[in-house]
Amino acid sequence: MTEYTTVIGLEVHAELKTKSKAFCSCSTSFGSEPNTHVCPVCLGMPGALPVMNKRVVEFAVRFGLAVNCDIQKYSKFDRKNYFYPDLSKNYQISQFAQPICLGGHLDIQVDGKTKRVGITRIHMEEDAGKLVHSGATINTSDSSAVDYNRAGVPLIEIVSEPDMRSAAEARAYMEKLKAYLEYTDVCDCKMQEGSMRCDANISVMPEGAKEFGTRAEIKNLNSFRALEKTIEYEVQRQIQILEDGGHIVQETRTWDDAQGVTFSMRSKEEAHDYRYFPEPDLVPIVLDDAYIDKVRSELPELPDARKARLIKEKGLQEYDAELIVSNKKMADYYAKADKVASDAKVLANWMLGEVSAYLNNNTVEMDKFPISPEHLGELVNLIKKGVLSNKLAKQVFAEMLKADKAPAELVKSLGLEQVSDTGALQAMVDEVIAANPQSVADFKAGKDRAVGFLVGQIMKKSRGKANPAMVNEMIVKKLKE
Amino acid sequence: MKVTAKDVKHIANLSRLTVSDSEMDKFLEQFNQILNYADILQKVDTTGIEPSPYVIPLNNVLREDVAVPGVSHEEALKNAPEVHNGGFKVPRVIE
Amino acid sequence: MDYKKSTVHELHEKLVKKEISSVELTNAIYKRIDDVDDKVKAYLTLDKENALAQAAKVDTMIAKGETIKPLAGIPGAIKDNISIKGLRTTCASKILENFIPIYDAHVIENLKKDETIFLGKTNMDEFAMGSTTETSHFQITHNPWDLTRVPGGSSGGSASAIAAGEAVWSLGSDTGGSIRQPASFNGCVGIKPTYGRVSRYGCVAFASSLDQIGPITNDVTDAAIVLNTICGVDAHDSTSLPMEVPDFTKALRQDVKGLKIGLPKEFYGEGIDAPVKEQIKLAIEKYKELGAEIVDISLPHTEYAVITYYIIAPAEASANLARFDGVRYGYRNMKATSAPEMTTASRTEGFGPEVRRRIMLGTYVLSSGYYDAYYKKAMQVRTLIREDFTKAFEKCDLLLTPTSPVVAYPIGGNMSPLEVYMLDVTTIPVNMAGLPGISIPCGFVDKMPVGMQLIGKPLGEETLLRAAYTFEQATQFHKAVASLGGK
Ligand SMILES: [Mg+2]
Ligand SMILES: [Zn+2]
Repeated sequence: MTEYTTVIGLEVHAELKTKSKAFCSCSTSFGSEPNTHVCPVCLGMPGALPVMNKRVVEFAVRFGLAVNCDIQKYSKFDRKNYFYPDLSKNYQISQFAQPICLGGHLDIQVDGKTKRVGITRIHMEEDAGKLVHSGATINTSDSSAVDYNRAGVPLIEIVSEPDMRSAAEARAYMEKLKAYLEYTDVCDCKMQEGSMRCDANISVMPEGAKEFGTRAEIKNLNSFRALEKTIEYEVQRQIQILEDGGHIVQETRTWDDAQGVTFSMRSKEEAHDYRYFPEPDLVPIVLDDAYIDKVRSELPELPDARKARLIKEKGLQEYDAELIVSNKKMADYYAKADKVASDAKVLANWMLGEVSAYLNNNTVEMDKFPISPEHLGELVNLIKKGVLSNKLAKQVFAEMLKADKAPAELVKSLGLEQVSDTGALQAMVDEVIAANPQSVADFKAGKDRAVGFLVGQIMKKSRGKANPAMVNEMIVKKLKE
Repeated sequence: MKVTAKDVKHIANLSRLTVSDSEMDKFLEQFNQILNYADILQKVDTTGIEPSPYVIPLNNVLREDVAVPGVSHEEALKNAPEVHNGGFKVPRVIE
Repeated sequence: MDYKKSTVHELHEKLVKKEISSVELTNAIYKRIDDVDDKVKAYLTLDKENALAQAAKVDTMIAKGETIKPLAGIPGAIKDNISIKGLRTTCASKILENFIPIYDAHVIENLKKDETIFLGKTNMDEFAMGSTTETSHFQITHNPWDLTRVPGGSSGGSASAIAAGEAVWSLGSDTGGSIRQPASFNGCVGIKPTYGRVSRYGCVAFASSLDQIGPITNDVTDAAIVLNTICGVDAHDSTSLPMEVPDFTKALRQDVKGLKIGLPKEFYGEGIDAPVKEQIKLAIEKYKELGAEIVDISLPHTEYAVITYYIIAPAEASANLARFDGVRYGYRNMKATSAPEMTTASRTEGFGPEVRRRIMLGTYVLSSGYYDAYYKKAMQVRTLIREDFTKAFEKCDLLLTPTSPVVAYPIGGNMSPLEVYMLDVTTIPVNMAGLPGISIPCGFVDKMPVGMQLIGKPLGEETLLRAAYTFEQATQFHKAVASLGGK
């Protein structure tokens, strides 16, 4: 059987976090009653004209710089013509011939290897409105109602090179983009609200082939899971067609999440004739070095830089550092907690262990995590000082989730303090050794695991509060006497 | 003839218009008359000539990112042929 | 009282001196509309109630001794592609038959601030696509100088309303000559300002890179007065020029001494009717007499202007008119069972044949495989046309040409679309280069008015007004009154 190579390129749309729309002053706020953030411009009323939002240019430049793009000194807008009821002018104002950013890249990590994914271009454009179908799906609805609240919300479209070779790489790239969008603060990346979504161009070719296969474009994937599932499905579909001696049709397809399949949108060939031409209602954007340098100077620390710093300054493993920085809120939380915590690695373990588990199990974002970073840092310190065993710390952590109190306070009120007092421990050691002559004999006979049994007895006696390391040491010492 | 009835149907489809069979002959004649006349442009040497999408030397006409209330919901829907659930009602979007 | 040929500036004096009231004046004009619009058919919509209320308001202001603006209380007519909130705006199309705008065009806001009066909306070629006002879905407007002839277009209603005494001033829009040519056919003054001088916000777009709103009036002074109100930068129009607007009435001096007037030879060729050319030659003589210097110049790419225009304008229009889809406003076919079908049926039934032809022409020249040969090529030739003007203006201050190769011709003529398009040859190059142009009456052929076009440098409106005013004051053509007769 032929081995196939998968080729994936992504077009990611990110809604920009501006207050007003791209070409009119309507609010961009999400979730309002239909058609309440609209005006003649975004409703496509006869005679209305667009005026460009300054912040959109700034955000596009900022993000372009973050992902290593060449910012174009001259860029302009074009009209992309196609009819669809959610598009109020029946053309989208976009950038076609001369986009604002060209030629960037991002590095991703998959299976411990670093790979560079090229970014072909980034352009500014406007979002469309929303169709609310009267039936369950677009296919079963007799009618739809159009809401133009989202019409005109600014987007950047980030077009990658066809550099990804697996679903995992595509996902890693998308996650990395998300981190960069969050760090640069240009997009809130709420994928379930559609503020970050992607179209995937997927093709397969026999291994070693020189030319890419014919691609299918899968539209509007709005979760990492959907992206991965789509790629996995689509690759199998295409391989099957080729294995059966067929050929792939270049077409637009859509992902059906419920059925787990992609299906053709059956658009006629016309669908791709967008008849782009320069938008005469807008003037070009001309940027100078001073402007670009100013935006560059305002860039925050970016994920890869922060990751490098965590590895170098905090001694974290690359894998752990990548995980922490990939989520800006987590990275920021970590930074705050780290100011308090005496051990950066123990803190990282907690973040990627208990904290992440809580977030996943409760599907909450880091900013809704109930424990303050300072308190988590203090918890780490209690562990490091030997006040809490790992086991007790988890108990305290569970209490902190219920009420964000200082861990020292909880240790006291719950009576969970680890017993590290030599006098008290020695008494228990003496008592247990006296009560277990068999174990003493076993030890003398060379059976080391007798020590474990005796430690266990003490832990039981102290209801887990005895400092196990100290107990262990004291027992060995006593037995050797 | 530059353009055929088939081309016209394709263009009509892109334009969301129809040209009926009874209109077609006259339409083709007039359309082709114009396009044939456009051939005189081939006489002009435009090598190295920049196109002029803009006639005035303006750049960077930008507004501040300030949200201002638009029109009322009522006003937005005032001219709507059909309304449903606060939206512009359209028949099923898939043909 | 008859206000035919009464000018804004004369009426303003009378209002201020309380010789007449705005309510009287407005009523008299509506009476005139009542009397003659059956024959002329200049108006699509009248707004008598609001107009009279506004007139009463201005009369109160005058009574209180308030200073009023030159246009205050003086009734004007607005082309039906300019949005007035709450007043039906149709673009003379079935597709907008019942459309009520939800906002005012920028020019309307400015005019309202000056307390002027809107009598109603005037007929036009559907979506301004035409030069006869015959493509209107609703009615054909008749030329008041000879009711069997066209008023020109597309601002035919706005021009014939002035000629027939049905308005004191009016607004038109000019994409390829749509103000200047009907002004010329009706013996009026019409100005297309420099592209960007007047905000396009609220003017239903035909070809965005060419459209410009401007006045049609009885004389040059009135044109300057209206320009003063409508010009200026607008934050809602990215292509509006941020230049300061001078007081155009200050440019009205009777003096052309030393002014260099260029005669582009390409505008005096075979396509121009000989009797029209004769009248223009007399006007040139007059300018010489008045002290202007005449220079011969050449605009070598003129012959390509018409086809270049008929590629660029339809291309832009094909996108501009895409929004008329039956979804948010306008005519909808109610029988269709899917959205694409509904949109196709609504557009096919809602647009007239000329509009459909231009949309399809525009779609064709932008479509895959044809873009470079047509659209891109036209945009390059446009550059050459603009450069011709730049070079010409190194040798002269303004250009003088016929406004139209012909005088108004009979309604229902049997010309092909291309033949009609070719008649725009004199006006189109001005839009292609974004220049200001004015048409003023300069004679008669066959008892029909002939217009002379003056073309200025970018932002050269003051020079145009000065030259036009000097000619006007030295002649009587602008005082002639339309007969409202037929042949
Ligand atoms: Mg896009
Ligand atoms: Zn808006």
